[in-house]
Amino acid sequence: MTPVQKPGITEERLQEIKRLAAENSDVSKKLVSHAKIEGRDSYYGLPALKPPVWTWQVPLYFFIGGISGVSGCMAFIAQLFGSDPSLIRVLLWIGFCGAAVCPVLLIADLGRPARFLNMLRVFKWRSPMSLGAWILTGFSGCVTPALLAHELIIHGYGHPLIMAARWAGEASGAVTGLLLAAYTGVLIGATAIPVWVQNRKILPAHFLTSGLGGSSAILELAGFLIPATHILGFVASGIETLFEIFFEAHKPEVDAPLHHGRSGVTFRIAGILEGPLALLLRIFWGSLPTGRHAAAICFLAGALLSRYAWIWAGRASAEDPKTQFSLQRSGAAKP
Amino acid sequence: MTKTAFLTDATICIGCKACEVACKEWNDVPADGMEWSGLSYDNTQALGASTWRHVLFLEQPQAAGPQLADTQDPFRWIFLSDVCKHCANSGCLEACPTGAIVRTEVGSVFVQPDICNGCGYCVVSCPFGVVAKRPEDGRAFKCTFCYDRQKAGLAPACATACPTQSIQFGPLDELRERGKRRVAELQERGYSDARVYDPQETSVGGIHAFFVILGEPENYNLPPAPEVPTVYLKSAWTSALVSSAILFAVVCIAFSWR
Repeated sequence: MTPVQKPGITEERLQEIKRLAAENSDVSKKLVSHAKIEGRDSYYGLPALKPPVWTWQVPLYFFIGGISGVSGCMAFIAQLFGSDPSLIRVLLWIGFCGAAVCPVLLIADLGRPARFLNMLRVFKWRSPMSLGAWILTGFSGCVTPALLAHELIIHGYGHPLIMAARWAGEASGAVTGLLLAAYTGVLIGATAIPVWVQNRKILPAHFLTSGLGGSSAILELAGFLIPATHILGFVASGIETLFEIFFEAHKPEVDAPLHHGRSGVTFRIAGILEGPLALLLRIFWGSLPTGRHAAAICFLAGALLSRYAWIWAGRASAEDPKTQFSLQRSGAAKP
Repeated sequence: MTKTAFLTDATICIGCKACEVACKEWNDVPADGMEWSGLSYDNTQALGASTWRHVLFLEQPQAAGPQLADTQDPFRWIFLSDVCKHCANSGCLEACPTGAIVRTEVGSVFVQPDICNGCGYCVVSCPFGVVAKRPEDGRAFKCTFCYDRQKAGLAPACATACPTQSIQFGPLDELRERGKRRVAELQERGYSDARVYDPQETSVGGIHAFFVILGEPENYNLPPAPEVPTVYLKSAWTSALVSSAILFAVVCIAFSWR
């Protein structure tokens, strides 16, 4: 096993030091650290926080959970305004499939997958992870009967009890769905990772917007080129463009992982895809089905990439003790 | 039971790492690798899933108190055995979704290995970067404060093994007082930058493993003003609920559009 390890810190390097010392009784300065700790320096620049250990499944879960949650909410609203039953059907199916895939992704990420039920062992208001497990369970429990009732109704079994079950399932699915799409922002925002904490108020809004745009993008790709999905596509990519402008205009030191390195590059590509690019495609080619499909695909790709960018940014942020400490010294880390 | 604590004193530590060894032996902690870091004599570098005591080695270009005040080339070599802080308001404990992390009767924070399912949320919720996931096991691990030994009336293994009493174990209130007295004594002897590290004024509300250090906490990778992440919940949830309401309204407008 390998503990915290930096490139070049190996047994070979020790051999190299020994060889140099034996040959010319002088060791290259590059091989040994002359780091001195002065003033308020951190401990040799080593991380003072542990980076997130979540695997690739978790950002994918953020993406899918967001879309399926918002779809659940949209199904209820569509029902409320008497929309096309086939549209409601697609929305409920998106919600249901998401609710079926999400637990699989989360369980796969666990260190001990067989113990996934321990998540429902307690209910903790102050743990977003605990609330999230319950929200996901609740959402599945709402969207599944809603879908079942809807399928029965469109196949001609319109018993009043089934109608009532659909309303109940959709209404509770709307509430739990919104929570499912939003809580992931709280989950990473209320941690010890500086870049997440810094953006804790933006993250839930950002993740909800991604869920909204993603859900209406899937509807458009499924053939629902109706005004509602066009409007929602405009709104979602418009808000994402505003977020993009905000992150470009306002660059505190703690946001450095959102602008530099792998996370920064990914964050920028994601931001352009789901923000300005999707918006421009909609403005200039929104009258054509291809334009709307292209905008939908751009948005989905951007939303997915952005979840990975946030997790990677968290890793980079955890490894930067200098910014962490100076934030705390300046009082900026206070709630 | 009375609340217990560690007082770890950097001014008496000799960097022998007996605490690391005793901890590993008693708790059956696996090896944490053998890497030459090149950073003084510190080859473990940080606390981790398999490093529950970690001896830091600081090389500082300044005088270590009165005895070296007139040296041409001031230099001091400081050692400190770092450990889980067992916070009064603990980020990992609050975050744990399974209830695996609990507060024991001695006031310490304990990860129950038979409950933990390795979700990894405690890892990002610890403001001190202590608790970590052991990849080959899948669960999260950290210092247990030798809960088993304490239940049997023994002191933790590291404190027992420490040859210089740099690691002291005892009742929380008593050790807090002892820490203050020690700093006063050190300052009187010319160690003007001696201080206790015990963040009581932040939301962490004090720790049960405090330190007597020379110089700034940052030098030891001890955060100067750690906050327990639950303090950020209110603003994050407010944003989540307000944004959800706005989203709901926007979707209503979109679907009512004719």
